Amino acid sequence: MSTNWFGRRDPDSRGYFGEFGGRFVPETLVAPIDALEREYMDARRDAAFGADLDRLLRHYVGRPTPLWEAARLGASCGARVFLKREDLTHTGAHKINNALGQALLAKRMGKTRIVAETGAGQHGVASATACALLGLECVVYMGSEDMRRQALNVFRMRLLGARVEGVDSGSRTLKDAINEAMRDWVARPDDTHYLLGSALGPHPYPLMVREFQSVIGREARQQCVEQAGRLPDAVIACVGGGSNAIGIFDAFIDDPSVRLIGVEAGGEAITPGRHAARFAGGAAGILQGTRTRVLQDANGNIEPTHSISAGLDYAAVGPEHAYLASTGRAEYHYATDVDALRGFQELARLEGIIPALESAHAIAYVRRAAEQWAPGAVLLVNLSGRGDKDVQTVEGLLQEADRVAN
Amino acid sequence: MSRIDDAFRRMRAERRTGLVTYVTAGDPSLARTADILRQIDAAGADVLEVGVPFSDPLADGPVIQRATERALAGGATLAGVLDMLAGVRKDLHAPIVVFSYANPILRMGLDAFVARARGAGVDGVLTLDVPPEESGEWRGRFQAAGIDTIFLLSPTTTVERIRRAATLGSGFLYGISRLGVTGARDTVADSAEALATRVRRETAMPLALGFGVSRPEHVRAIGQWADAAVVGSALVNVIAEHGAKAGLLDEVERYVRWLRS
Repeated sequence: MSTNWFGRRDPDSRGYFGEFGGRFVPETLVAPIDALEREYMDARRDAAFGADLDRLLRHYVGRPTPLWEAARLGASCGARVFLKREDLTHTGAHKINNALGQALLAKRMGKTRIVAETGAGQHGVASATACALLGLECVVYMGSEDMRRQALNVFRMRLLGARVEGVDSGSRTLKDAINEAMRDWVARPDDTHYLLGSALGPHPYPLMVREFQSVIGREARQQCVEQAGRLPDAVIACVGGGSNAIGIFDAFIDDPSVRLIGVEAGGEAITPGRHAARFAGGAAGILQGTRTRVLQDANGNIEPTHSISAGLDYAAVGPEHAYLASTGRAEYHYATDVDALRGFQELARLEGIIPALESAHAIAYVRRAAEQWAPGAVLLVNLSGRGDKDVQTVEGLLQEADRVAN
Repeated sequence: MSRIDDAFRRMRAERRTGLVTYVTAGDPSLARTADILRQIDAAGADVLEVGVPFSDPLADGPVIQRATERALAGGATLAGVLDMLAGVRKDLHAPIVVFSYANPILRMGLDAFVARARGAGVDGVLTLDVPPEESGEWRGRFQAAGIDTIFLLSPTTTVERIRRAATLGSGFLYGISRLGVTGARDTVADSAEALATRVRRETAMPLALGFGVSRPEHVRAIGQWADAAVVGSALVNVIAEHGAKAGLLDEVERYVRWLRS
């Protein structure tokens, strides 16, 4: 595994995928990010680093994760649906793949302190876990609105020894947590590594996070061929920043017969402030270190976003997704809050699996788009995380819906 | 010879430490910002930095974050800031540097921005999240319009990149004297002298040092190593404290004169 997971599709030397990407950061961060790039480029060619990571992924995370043919879900939409079970990883979401990779890299650089942002809390939990395992200090920035929505994960992070810092600026969600994590890093670049959780931000993060997540696609490709006897017709994943999606897309990008479908958060409606579908309402822009598609107003200020799922509630998308959309290689659709809530319940009832609300967007899309699947079509869906963290939120929403209906 | 070159030449000829001031445009309102700029200019500031409010100021500390929120709530935009500058330029002696994050400029369009900035009499542009390596398409357009491209230097900037900023930039170099976000401090950091010494070894280009400057003794200390001191958050604080009061302009003037004492 460690011999072929890197360097397959690098951006250009300045970190651009087409016209997207780059490194738009305050001056103080240029040197630490240069150093990070050098270390990462070095580490990914180092067999010992790859072996360390492989060992952790296998024996600590529990990889490879299963591929499950969801026959009852498939029957309900006239296709064969295979779920890549990232929800079964240690800590319950794909985020751990990247968190361990970057934490190992931080150790290699001699860093003693990690800062991370989190939206749904899954990346925060993964970072806190990796730091506990590797003996690193961990500070997680989280919007105060997200802390309310994801109280269970806040407690998990604290149990794991992390300090969780609430962020009260802006919309008090993921975007604001990233601002605060970057402010922290600007103040302490010497001893601190910023463990960014998605395929976002300045180069080399979008590349590095994709490569750490690409294990998902490599496993799924092989498993799909074993179980379905062929490549999938479509690979479907939810897209917030886009790390689970780029991780599973990566193995199929050179297979033109495989449709790559990202599902964004349609929220309540595609009007400013009520969704997080960058491909439906965004424009080219620069946010938090990268040039990509951004939800913004006519004056270039970032628009507030909304999604039922904290992990998709973000105004920009990873630059490689912007690039894949611009070339037409991948397509991006959205599922609304209502769709996602339905997907959440349907997967529970049909398959006995409670998905994260983020992943429920991908499930919802598969169901909603049922008429377009040819009979017997093979669909590979990344089930990026489990839904324990969302159970309370969903309970509240369903009770409210009942009240309204009655 | 740009107005900025001229300002620094004068400081050097007069053997005094220059004062570069930063205010967030639109706090408390764009009309008030115009008054504040006139007052600061009359009080003897050498370069006027005008901050464009942006929704996600990730390099700024709490003081400028709050000022930005007030300015945005009041409806300030990049276009509005440039219109305000176009109106006030004729009253000002000091050069104007627009201080912005990249996205508002990109959204307006680089060509449209350059045309409007030139029309408003803007002398220089500093884009916080566009380091020299990303500045190609920006710099070329600014240069063609006679607008200086100002780059930041930090304690983490390598010697090679100090040279690059000096070669690619014009007007002056803005040294961030310490790590971290913007904000006033009690003392000037030791890292200020170290940075100034490293910069001086590489280039004779004018150097202004900022981040944490709030008192006349800070300005004097910086004068030992650099051409000018930049005061930002401390001045923004004065404006925040007196923003709604009748005495705002007097307070601003008193503060700027005190800094120069």
